[in-house]
Amino acid sequence: MRGLSKRFGPVAAVDAIDFDVPEGSTTALLGGNGAGKTTTIAILLGLLLPTAGEVRLFGTDMLRQRYRVLPRINFSSPYVDLPRRLTVRENLVVYGHLYGIADIGARIAALAGDLDIEQFLDRPNGSLSAGQKTRVALAKSLLNEPELLLLDEPTASLDPDTADWIRSYLERFRERTGATILLASHNMGEVERMCDRVLMMKTGRIVDRGSPAELVARYGRANLEEVFLDIARGRRQSDERADAP
Amino acid sequence: MRDTVAPARREAGSSMRRIYAVILRHLFVMRRSLPRVLELAYWPTMQMLLWGFITMFFLRHSSWVAEAAGVLISAVLLWDILFRSNLGVSLSFMEEMWARNLAPLFVSPLRPHELALAMMIMSLIRTVISVTPAALLSLPLYDVWVFSLGLPLVAFFFSLLMFGWSIGLFVSSLVLRFGLGAESLAWVAIFAIQPFSGVYYPVATLPDWLEWVSGLLPSSYVFEGMRAVLFDGRFRVDLFLASLALNLVYLALTAGWFVYSIHVARRRGLLLQQGE
Repeated sequence: MRGLSKRFGPVAAVDAIDFDVPEGSTTALLGGNGAGKTTTIAILLGLLLPTAGEVRLFGTDMLRQRYRVLPRINFSSPYVDLPRRLTVRENLVVYGHLYGIADIGARIAALAGDLDIEQFLDRPNGSLSAGQKTRVALAKSLLNEPELLLLDEPTASLDPDTADWIRSYLERFRERTGATILLASHNMGEVERMCDRVLMMKTGRIVDRGSPAELVARYGRANLEEVFLDIARGRRQSDERADAP
Repeated sequence: MRDTVAPARREAGSSMRRIYAVILRHLFVMRRSLPRVLELAYWPTMQMLLWGFITMFFLRHSSWVAEAAGVLISAVLLWDILFRSNLGVSLSFMEEMWARNLAPLFVSPLRPHELALAMMIMSLIRTVISVTPAALLSLPLYDVWVFSLGLPLVAFFFSLLMFGWSIGLFVSSLVLRFGLGAESLAWVAIFAIQPFSGVYYPVATLPDWLEWVSGLLPSSYVFEGMRAVLFDGRFRVDLFLASLALNLVYLALTAGWFVYSIHVARRRGLLLQQGE
C-alpha cells in the first residue's frame, strides 16, 4: 500500500499510510476503535475505494484488476454474517462455487474435519453459537486456500478456550500453506503470540511498526498492551524515557 | 481435529458457475421453506379469485367485457407477472442485505453483472412458481384458459419479465443507496405505473395529456397487445417490438445504474454498513 487515504467528508479514516506485508508473514493492524484498521482491511478487499493511494496485491493493482486477485484471497470477520437460513453445508457449497473450487464436497468434508464443524454441517447457520459461527466463517474463508487471509478481529467475543483454538488453527494453517495473514485485532496477547510484525494505528495513521518484541523494547514496556496504552494515550517514547527514574 | 487438510483445487471459475452459485443460494432457502413457496403463489391466487368474481359480474353487466371472455383475468395474470418479476429481483437482493451477506459476496470473485444476472434468473423462477397455480386455477373456476393466448403469451411474459427486472434493479439500487428503510419500494413502486399501463382498460381511456406516460411504459404495449389478441384475434407485432425496444433501453439503463450504484457504495463504504 502506498499513500493510502480514505476520507469521509472532513474525516480522514485512513491518512496517507504506506506498508508492505512480507509473503508468508502474519502482520497485525493494531489500534483502538476508529484507528482505521477495518477501513484498511476493507480497502484491501476492494469493499471500499480509497480517496487516494495505491494497493497492490501479488503485484496486481487492486483498484483496477481486483478480479484477478480475489480468487487468491479471502477474509473472515465476526461482524459479517453468512445467510442464517442456509445450513452450514449449503453456505459452503455456494461459496465453493463462487470461488471455483474443483471438488466442493471433498473440500467441505476436509475442512469440516479440520475445523471440527462436522456435527453441525446440516444445521442452519443462524442456530449456531458465536464460537461455532466463527469456525464456520473460518471454513468459508479457507475454502479457496487463500494465499492472503484477511481477518478482522478473528477471536472477538469468543471464550478463551475457543479463541486459543482458533489461534492455534491459524498458526498451523500458515505453517502448512505458507499463506500470508493480515489481521486487525484489539487483543494484545493474540498479536504477541501470532504476529511477526505489528503496524500500530491511531486516527488513521501508522504511528509505529516493528515486531512485537521490538516495540516492547522500544517503549521500554513489559508487554504489547502497555505499548498500546502508551500510543493510545499519546505518550511518546521520549516522554517515557524522560519520566523514567 | 486434524493437522493437515488436502489443499483446495481452484479452477478457472467461470462466470456461469458464479451465477449458478447465487441462484443455488436462493433455491436452498426456498426448498426449506414451504411457506415461502406458498406465499409466492398465494397473492396471485387471491388476485385471481377477486378479479375472477369481478369478471363474472361484468360479464353479466358489461358488453365490453363480454366481447372477450377472460380479458380481465388475463390482465390480472399478466400484471402479476410484472409484479412478481420485479419482486423476484429486488427480494433476491434484499435477502443478501437482510443476511448481511453483501460484503462476503463482493469480496468473492462474483462480478456485479453476474449478481444482476443471477437475480434475474431467480426472478424468472419465482415468477413461474407464483403465477402458474393461478393460471391453472382460472380454467376450472372461470372457464378461462390463459394459455389459449398461444405464442403471444410467451412474448407478453418475457416482455413483462424484462420490465420487472428493470424495476427490480432500479429498486435494488435505491435500497443499496438508502438502506433497508427504502425496502418498501419493492412492493410500492410498481403500483405507480399501474394506472398508466392500461392493465384493465385501454390506454385510450386515459386523458390525452397522460397518454404520453403510457407510451414510455413497455407494459402498456403488452396490455394493448393482449387486448388485440383477445378482441381481434391478432398479434400486434408493432406493439411487441415497441415494448421490446423500450425494455432493452430500460434494462441497459437500470443494469448500468445498478453496477454504478455498487461502485458508489464501494466509494461511500455502504457495503460495510448494510444489515437489519
